[in-house]
Amino acid sequence: MNMRAPASDLPVALADVSVNVGQVTLIDHISMQIAHGAPTVLIGPNGAGKTTLLRVVMGLIAPSQGRITWAGREEAPSDRRAIVFQRPVMLRRSAAANVRYGLSAASRPKAGERAAELLALVGLSGLERRPARRLSGGEQQRLALARALARDPDLLLLDEPTASLDPAATKAIEDIVRSVAARDVKVMMSTHDLGQARRIGGEVVLLHRGRLIEHGAAATFFANPEAEETRRFIAGELLV
Amino acid sequence: MDTDSSALQLVLTGDPGLYAIVALSLIVSLTALAFAAVIGIPFGAALALVRFPGREAIIVVLNALMGLPPVVVGLAVFLLLSRSGPLGSWGLLFTPQAMIIAQTVMVAPIIAALTRQTVEDLWAEYRDELTAMNVGPAARIATLIWDARFSLTTALLAGFGRAAAEVGAIIIVGGNIDGFTRTMTTAIALETSKGDLPLAIGLGMVLLTIIVIINALAWGARRLGERLAG
Repeated sequence: MNMRAPASDLPVALADVSVNVGQVTLIDHISMQIAHGAPTVLIGPNGAGKTTLLRVVMGLIAPSQGRITWAGREEAPSDRRAIVFQRPVMLRRSAAANVRYGLSAASRPKAGERAAELLALVGLSGLERRPARRLSGGEQQRLALARALARDPDLLLLDEPTASLDPAATKAIEDIVRSVAARDVKVMMSTHDLGQARRIGGEVVLLHRGRLIEHGAAATFFANPEAEETRRFIAGELLV
Repeated sequence: MDTDSSALQLVLTGDPGLYAIVALSLIVSLTALAFAAVIGIPFGAALALVRFPGREAIIVVLNALMGLPPVVVGLAVFLLLSRSGPLGSWGLLFTPQAMIIAQTVMVAPIIAALTRQTVEDLWAEYRDELTAMNVGPAARIATLIWDARFSLTTALLAGFGRAAAEVGAIIIVGGNIDGFTRTMTTAIALETSKGDLPLAIGLGMVLLTIIVIINALAWGARRLGERLAG
């Protein structure tokens, strides 16, 4: 049985959140709520603000304007959130040691047993002693997922987890995401891949130039989009 | 018999006087290196991560201290340990311990400065991951030192090279006393001035060989470690 931290971070509420760096607006007055349920998928062209939004939700970037709360709390640090970056950094140690590090950082007990369980969950059993940096790109992504799951999060943020992966590696990641989501972990992920958004998303958010264009249940989002930009994006047009 | 063959004979026959000097040199330099590493690595790593007013100035001074003239260090330690100095009651002047102190003072800034640069570069890579994992300041420093361990061998080698090659500081605080504080470098200086070139050349050969062997071992350990740990 896993020891879970007492307080959940859900729902996460963003109220009129903006992020500005100098004169550049990365996130422009976004309000939304992230609650338990099927995965939320962020889509949009490069520079839309997907990565910045994930970092805001993680608590790594403070809003320049607006307010964000996690289960009503305003403090950022938490053991109940985890993020996998687009290019995760593998610590210079074995695959198992990377997961144990995540467990240790989150003060989770029985690191050895739990690391083995997590590596099995992401399909890396047998590679425990392999140096993490010598794993393939897909294996490193799965290891990063295992390390993130070591925090026993109730909110898992994934920044384009399948970018530059081949179809087999992409499928492996998507299977893990479904498996994690089925365990009542809220997944919020960004992707460029509309097909992936259809396969994974319970709800979909379209961002463009830092603004939230449309946010809705995946079926409605794809079948009956409300915004013109959404229709064009789904049709494969370039949003510039 | 010419000077070169005499020197070689001293080395190959295991001349006790020569090897006593070699042993003392290694003890002094490796002990100083160990102390300097214990001081310099955590200090350099902390300087890489912690932001405070005056940090840039400290980095500039630390980098400048890499070029500390050995005779200046020797003089400072001499004044510190001399009978009328603040630590004169310790009675360490003209002992191997005084030589270790002097070499530690010289080597610690080198290790700290190189560690600071190495850890700062690694921190740029690790910042997001460690911040996302809520890793605290002390654990960050420990993680970065551990993950930079192969790169830090270069800092240690630079420090050892500096300690093993210097003569100015240890001759001032050690006194070059035969059988007690005479090291390879101080003996080379003395024997050359006396005209005993075979012993000076023999010690020079040993010194160069030791430095090459230690660098080769460190390089091999680094490559093996990188292969095993990634």
